Amino acid sequence: MRKVAVLSYGMTKVDKHWRKSLRELYGDAAKNALSSVSIPSIDALIVGNMCASDLSDQNNIGALLADYLGITPSMAYRIEAACGSGGAAILGAYTAVASGLYDYVLTGGVEKLTDGVGGNTVYSLGKASDAEYELFYGSSFVSINALMMNRYMHLYRTPREAFADFAVLMHKNATKNPCAQLPFEISRETVLNSDMISDPISLYDCAPVGDGAAALILCPVDLAKKITDSYVEVAGIAGATDTLNISSRSDILTLNSTREAAKRAYRMANVSVADIDVAEIHDAFTITAALSVEDLGFCEKGRFGKMLSSGEMEAGGKVVINPSGGLKARGHPVGATGAYQVAEIAMQLSGKADRMQAKDAEIGLAQNIGGSGSSTYVTILRRP
Amino acid sequence: MSVPRYWRNMPKREKLESKKCEKCGHVDFPPRARCLKCGSDALIPYTLPDRGKLTSFTIVRSAPKGFEKMTPYVLGVVELIDRTLITVQITDVDPSDVAIGMPLESVFRKVCEDGDCGIIEYAIKFRPAV
Repeated sequence: MRKVAVLSYGMTKVDKHWRKSLRELYGDAAKNALSSVSIPSIDALIVGNMCASDLSDQNNIGALLADYLGITPSMAYRIEAACGSGGAAILGAYTAVASGLYDYVLTGGVEKLTDGVGGNTVYSLGKASDAEYELFYGSSFVSINALMMNRYMHLYRTPREAFADFAVLMHKNATKNPCAQLPFEISRETVLNSDMISDPISLYDCAPVGDGAAALILCPVDLAKKITDSYVEVAGIAGATDTLNISSRSDILTLNSTREAAKRAYRMANVSVADIDVAEIHDAFTITAALSVEDLGFCEKGRFGKMLSSGEMEAGGKVVINPSGGLKARGHPVGATGAYQVAEIAMQLSGKADRMQAKDAEIGLAQNIGGSGSSTYVTILRRP
Repeated sequence: MSVPRYWRNMPKREKLESKKCEKCGHVDFPPRARCLKCGSDALIPYTLPDRGKLTSFTIVRSAPKGFEKMTPYVLGVVELIDRTLITVQITDVDPSDVAIGMPLESVFRKVCEDGDCGIIEYAIKFRPAV
């Protein structure tokens, strides 16, 4: 297997891009990634996307984007793993480069949620859960996560305030991110007093609905060295799964897919959780942040609130969590989110994160979840 | 929902019919091709018990397509007396009276209507035990 590098990346602002289509969004991100480096060709395109067949009436997205970008006849396909599509696409691109099959692979993700009409967007996102046994009962993506949050609050006696404070931190971080959808500060009361969506999850516990695209170019480290000195190395990468139905898990408060993917990625990178300087984690809801931080190993089960209030998730703490603002405030263009995370970590490690920069970051982690924990993709990057 | 799709799931949704592992005794709902616990494919028919207690719940106030008229309604994770967990709707109770740990029993109920001309969908829900 060849060592793989993130050669370059490009992102659009996450927003309600009423004037942009799916192909234009990915085109903008890809052009940014391509313009910063000089490479002979794009050998393959592997892109993540979740909802285009529901909301944009579009399948065959690989060929569509290869066509739009003018890179036909290069091989192209789309990967769907719900909200984990972006992370899954990067894993696909990694294996394609590491195996020696392709040298320069354009990857990332794109999502165009605002083309959905009425309840279609919520319904389409809900399809990440088990359609025949969860959706059937009128559950939505929010309500499945609410079942986890209510259990967490009950078991660990954690008040809503602890979760609200995470949203507050994410909004604060996002004010420094030019690509963030919600770059404004909020207070704990903003969260607590926002509309209840599915108790105990209120509006400000949720990531917003938005469009966006992030593109990355992966290539062998040996080739990257000749092109730029600002590449970063993919030190570890892994995916893992769990049951779609949360009630089929032995514990609804453990994200086994995250534990397993993290364990494998740490082992592959030959690092431990204590070595991670900066992390972009999958906070689709504040409860998802809690379970993710715990199951990645940053703190013990039930200690999320303590870790947050002691400042261990900010500059000067144990690890800088979501300097981008996370899904909560950078935004969550579902199938693109995992690609944003990896691009943001690459940006941190190459010292280009500007006002978001985590000091002296050498090793970073991105954790991207599909469904309510049914799949997780963990990518660990290292500064060469 | 198409009629065949609804029809083939009736035993599971209306009678909670599933599978039990002959080797390790583990019960999965919904049924799997292999036991989630030990991986064996020696599975025998098994009907879930009709009683349990509430492990977690949520009051749905913003509903997905097709359920808008029913808000607020309660979704729950129920731990049945054989310790199997299932996600179902909780019914016949004021949402503000629902609490984790409350004893429940199964009841046959309408779930939703598929538009004006589609099928009416039924399934097992759980209600406070009487």
